[in-house]
Amino acid sequence: MEATPLLAAERIDKRFERRLDFAGRLAVKLGAAPGNETVHALDGVSLAVRRGEVLGVVGESGCGKSTLGRILAGIMPASSGRILWQGADRDRLTGTERRTVKLAVQMVFQDPASSLNPRMRVADIIGEAPLVHGQVTRAELGDYIDTILRDVGLDPAMKQRYPHQFSGGQRQRIGIARALAVEPQCIIADEAVAALDVSIRAQIINLFDELRQKRDLTYLFISHDLGIVRFIADRVVVMYLGRVVESAPTSALFAAPNHPYTVALLAGAPRLEDRKRAFAAIEGEIPSPLNPPRGCHFHPRCPHVMARCREEAPRLSEIAPGRLSACHLNQA
Amino acid sequence: MSGNPAMSAPVIETLFQRFLAEMLEDRIAVGALLVFAALVAVAVMAPFITPQNPYDLAQVDILDARLPPGTKASEGFTLVLGSDGTGRDLYSAILYGLRISLSVGALSGVIAMVVGASIGLVAAYVGGWVEATIMRIVDLQLSLPAVLVALILVAVLGKGVDKIILALVIVQWAYYARTVRASALVERRKEYVDAAVCLDLSQSRILFRHILPNCLAPLIVVGTVQTAHAIALEATLSFLGVGLPQTEPSLGVLIANGFQYMLSGRYWISFFPGIALLLTIVSINLVGDRLRDVLNPRLKR
Repeated sequence: MEATPLLAAERIDKRFERRLDFAGRLAVKLGAAPGNETVHALDGVSLAVRRGEVLGVVGESGCGKSTLGRILAGIMPASSGRILWQGADRDRLTGTERRTVKLAVQMVFQDPASSLNPRMRVADIIGEAPLVHGQVTRAELGDYIDTILRDVGLDPAMKQRYPHQFSGGQRQRIGIARALAVEPQCIIADEAVAALDVSIRAQIINLFDELRQKRDLTYLFISHDLGIVRFIADRVVVMYLGRVVESAPTSALFAAPNHPYTVALLAGAPRLEDRKRAFAAIEGEIPSPLNPPRGCHFHPRCPHVMARCREEAPRLSEIAPGRLSACHLNQA
Repeated sequence: MSGNPAMSAPVIETLFQRFLAEMLEDRIAVGALLVFAALVAVAVMAPFITPQNPYDLAQVDILDARLPPGTKASEGFTLVLGSDGTGRDLYSAILYGLRISLSVGALSGVIAMVVGASIGLVAAYVGGWVEATIMRIVDLQLSLPAVLVALILVAVLGKGVDKIILALVIVQWAYYARTVRASALVERRKEYVDAAVCLDLSQSRILFRHILPNCLAPLIVVGTVQTAHAIALEATLSFLGVGLPQTEPSLGVLIANGFQYMLSGRYWISFFPGIALLLTIVSINLVGDRLRDVLNPRLKR
């Protein structure tokens, strides 16, 4: 058996409900349209992040990957399911243990403009949490911030500035520094490089890689960019409309994708070799999570759709050691 | 790849410096700011630059009543702006009245801002039925004419500076609550709040140290405009005779006192306090207008 994963999600559900206001309820009582609308953002998602690995999470926008990241980071609660930290249910922890575990998982956000408080100086953005949590004393704080800034490739002389005085790439470095300041073990990067210029993107990716070796970090790398995931991730989880459809080691996944959605996703990714090829786009739009299709969520767009796919949701099951896929074709 | 101090030399430009520079671009606003500063200055220095303390009945001579501007008072000094119906030197009375008007306006503005902003912030952060209840009260409050509500409150509470301030706070907190809630709802969704949650910072710290400072811009704008309103409202109440007592005349009381003499040609008793009130409110409003332009990012070029 493998060792206990560092961070794991067990059958996480997340439903966003739009509760009706008074006028809405009145309308329903008088016989108007249906009641509360529910978005099923995550539907029984399970995944495990092993210590020291980089787990990539890919999928189209709206597939729930950001929601998953936020739940794992403890920013929003799951509707049901458990989050395990080294095997222990995170919601049952209390006191200092709860805080330690919460700080152990930090997040780096997509938008470097809105993820930094515009009214705070860089030194305060980075230094606030470690100071409040007593991880450093006020006397040590200055040096501590300098060290972290140097680690992320910023000049400590700039720490008295405000976020708007930095470029996008530098802001993302500040965001990473803020996460690192509380000595996390796992970092969840939610589209952390999507908003950056391509040239800067490579720098930040390299920074992530460098920091991982230096600080012994584990990453959950959420991205829609397959090229980046292929480069940085050890394992990849593919999500579609709130469900995990496939998970596999990166090389295996890119060499031989199993799930039809993964196949289509990879076929849609531009590569240098096939410059002249016309890309086969996945047919149709991603369905509305307000009203997901019955059975396999992918069936309306799947080229191999069978009668069974429309009725029964395929279970995520092992197709090879370390490889999971949720498709009825594997049972056929 | 580490160490990329691309911009190490340039001047550290704080948000405040940028704000100040933009504020000073508009001549009208600068003029208004200077007028307002001058009004505050003379109000603060009133005891040192006036020939008479209009509150000290021993210094006021009833025989000096209703003298036109430029006459000599019985005490020997010149009544630059004339005297009112009780023999007070109008110049002194206006400066002292300005003190009261400004401090009542500022104090009620600050208290209403603190109360309203806290309530609005909590409403935005807590949400649910708490928010709904608070915001319906705000709606109710704002749908009633301010003068009417203040009039009733003062009638119930009685006269006095403290009661006037209380009435003004009750009338005005709702504006602040609504403003702060609106911007807090926007700020709450930004990722820096998520980051703060992830860093396990306390709710009160997130609310007051992270969200509130980002709601300050609209709050300051509303604050200036509402302070001008408060001063006008206080003058209105005093003019109607339910505001401040005769012994502590604010500008409104002075205007009211002179009103009965208007038709007999003794214009100055109402006119000069009226000019002082006008200058105060117009200068605050002009500064407020400029603040709104500078602080509203949507209007930025």
